[in-house]
This record gives sequence, structure tokens and C-alpha cells, in this order.
Amino acid sequence: MVLLTMMAAVVVGIVRLRNLFAVVILSSIYSFLMASVLIVLDAVDVAMTEAAVGAGVSTVLMLAALYLTKTEEAAPRHSPILPMFVAVVIGAALVYGSMDMPPFGAADSPLNTNEGIGYLERSIPETGVPNVVSAVLASYRGYDTLGETVVVFTAGIGVLLLLRRNRRGKAKE
Amino acid sequence: MRLDVVLRVVTKLLLPFIIVFGFYVQFHGELGPGGGFQAGVIIGACVILYAIMFGLENAMRVLSVTAVEKMISLGVLLYLGTGFAGMVMGGEFLNYSVLEHDPVHGQHLGITLIELGVLITVAGTMIAIFYAFAGRGR
Repeated sequence: MVLLTMMAAVVVGIVRLRNLFAVVILSSIYSFLMASVLIVLDAVDVAMTEAAVGAGVSTVLMLAALYLTKTEEAAPRHSPILPMFVAVVIGAALVYGSMDMPPFGAADSPLNTNEGIGYLERSIPETGVPNVVSAVLASYRGYDTLGETVVVFTAGIGVLLLLRRNRRGKAKE
Repeated sequence: MRLDVVLRVVTKLLLPFIIVFGFYVQFHGELGPGGGFQAGVIIGACVILYAIMFGLENAMRVLSVTAVEKMISLGVLLYLGTGFAGMVMGGEFLNYSVLEHDPVHGQHLGITLIELGVLITVAGTMIAIFYAFAGRGR
């Protein structure tokens, strides 16, 4: 609860600040808080990813992008009422949807009765890997992880193509 | 400039530990939290830190742009290759149990290989994007 309150405070700060440097640092703090929340929820693998990617590398990339642009955000051109209305409606719908979720860690939830428990029982004898997350990621869901890797590959190639063409165009001029 | 010296020395001290921690996360991923993706990000961040502290040219001398770009595709190829190796050895695509005589050993080998593929691709992508961004500013 303390963590969630701090996250809300950080978000308010991000929305209100116009200095992009401070915004980047605040979003890094937000990621660290998110990682702490995930640790509280016992999802250590996800927390590690969040801390490394969200707080570490993406902050550095944002700062690198910031170096190429201005550090002050321009004043908004349109009134913020319509976007705020959309955000509030979607947020309310999400909260309404989460009402029906089983309580966290409930033994009779679909997650803990069908597939999940099967993985927990099968992973040690079949793969000999004590970390079930790794076993599911790499072995049972190998296709999905392959897809993820290809997504990272595609994203990297896409960014490289975009940034490189510009550089070459500049050199010609 | 005086601050700079402190940062440089601390970075030099920390870099080996960061790399070792990255590989620990990679190869200990079966036992504890972690895996290829996280390790890839840590290794990538290590090179990025080096580039920030000691200049882009020095980092590119350690790991050239061409090498990084090859890493991106090499990882995916390693992953796919492991999958097809399973097919050649008489199983399904991405079935590691057939890679060795003992299915459990095969699973170990397969998981290690594909995690390595993920590590190479992720680290390569992170470094390549950083190089591209940092190279534009000059």
C-alpha cells in the first residue's frame, strides 16, 4: 500500500512537471517502485526485468533521446478534458473488470487449479529445472520465447534502419 | 574534471562485477531468478556504462558496430538452430528431450542454448540502439 501510494505520487509528479529530464528520472523511480511491488508479489523474475529494463536501460535511452531534443515540454495545444474523460472511463472499466478476479493467491482460482499446478508438478521430473519460471519460459513455452526474441530482433533492426538512414541522408547534404 | 576521475575509477572497479553478475544471472537462471533476457540487459547495460564513461570510440573498439549488429541475428539463429536440431534428432521443433540420451540432460542443454540465444540478441539490440542514439548526437 505504501509502495502504491508512492507510485501514485510519482505519477502526479510526472504529469505536472514540464522539465523532461526530471520526468525521465521520475519514471525511472516509478520503475523501481514497480519492481518492489513485484517482489512483494513474489514475482522475482519479473521484478528483475523491470528493474533492469524499466529503470536501467530505458532511462539511459530516454536520456540519449533527450540529448537530441529540447528538455522542456511544450505547453499542450488542446484542452485536456477529452483525453482525461477517456482515461477515466477506461480506468473505471478496468477496475470494474478486476472486481470479479479471485483474491490474490486463492487456491481455487483457475490459475492454481488447471494449467499452473500441472507445470509445478511436471517441471522437476521432466526438465530437472528447479526454477519453474525458467522451465515454462524456455521449455514448455519455447515457441512464445522464440517469438519474444524475434520481436526484440525486429525492434532492434527497425530502430537501426530508421536512425541509420537519417545519418546517411545528413552526410549527403 | 575531479568528479570525473571518481566516476571513472568506480566504473572501472564495478564493471567486472557487473559482467560476472550478468553471467551469474544467465547460468543460474535455472536455479534462481533470472535468465537470458535479464542477463542480456545487464551485459548490454555494462557496455553502455563503459561507453558513457570512456567515450563511444573506446566502446566501439571493444565491441564494433558490425559485431553488435551480427549479435542481434546470431542470437535468433542460435535459438532457431536449437529448435531445428531437435527436429533433426528425431523430435519436434524446440523439443530438447531428444538432444541427448537422457531427456532431462537434453532439456538442460536445450534451455541453456536458447537462453544463450536470448542473451546475445537482447544484449546486441540494447547496445546497437544505444550506439545509434549516441552516434547521432555528434
